[in-house]
Amino acid sequence: MSEDGVVKKFMYVNRKSPYGTIYALESLEVVLITAAFDQDVSLTFTDDGVYQLMKGQQTEGIGMKNFSSTYSALGDYEINKIFIDKESLEERGLSLSDLQELVWEDEDEDYAEKSSINLVSRAELSEIMNNQDVVLSF
Amino acid sequence: MKLGILINEGPYQHQASDTALQYVKAALKKGHEIYRVFFYNDGVNNATRLATPPQDDRNITKEWASLAKDHGIDLVVCVAAAQRRGILDKGEAERNGKDSDNIEDGFRISGLGQLVEAGIQADRLITFGD
Repeated sequence: MSEDGVVKKFMYVNRKSPYGTIYALESLEVVLITAAFDQDVSLTFTDDGVYQLMKGQQTEGIGMKNFSSTYSALGDYEINKIFIDKESLEERGLSLSDLQELVWEDEDEDYAEKSSINLVSRAELSEIMNNQDVVLSF
Repeated sequence: MKLGILINEGPYQHQASDTALQYVKAALKKGHEIYRVFFYNDGVNNATRLATPPQDDRNITKEWASLAKDHGIDLVVCVAAAQRRGILDKGEAERNGKDSDNIEDGFRISGLGQLVEAGIQADRLITFGD
């Protein structure tokens, strides 16, 4: 939490594929830091950003570190609001079953494991974005 | 209004830093306060004092440094992004066994927490990038 106890709604909008450019990796680095400040953090995956959560990523061939397992740790940082742009998935011939399952444990319900993923339309997404205090787009 | 500024692209290759400079100047003229300018991603390259653009071109790094000096603006470069890209102050150079540093006066290197803090403290956080 900030020194004066302010909690703001931070949304990270991930728009780029995971390798190709550094945006996805460096976005994740800010996300994890923000969680340490006890802010209300959510993540959106839209456009090519939906590829960031693809299952079975193999990066040996391109000589890059595979950081896709980091997303599954988001629940441990109490980041459990993950929004996936439905149209972006569909435009790429993908469905939720192609993506990692991201979960969090609900302390109030005996640590029941719950899904962090919300499949939303662009119209819904724009409403959710309107309700944020800080939107950071990578 | 208290404004935080985030710059995610390097100078010359991309217009983000130029636009941010013009935005900050306009905001100051209107009486707004600049809480902090944070450089991330390739934006950290705005901080190298070794850049030597042609004489008839603008020097973006110097423009930031002089604006910051005139108005007391906090220019912060992300340490992790800077290390990757070879932007170092004296302390970082010594810690990492490098033979020199290259940061322009008026910029300082610090952690990503400074960006989050800008998001918390400022009324608006404005991103300039791709």
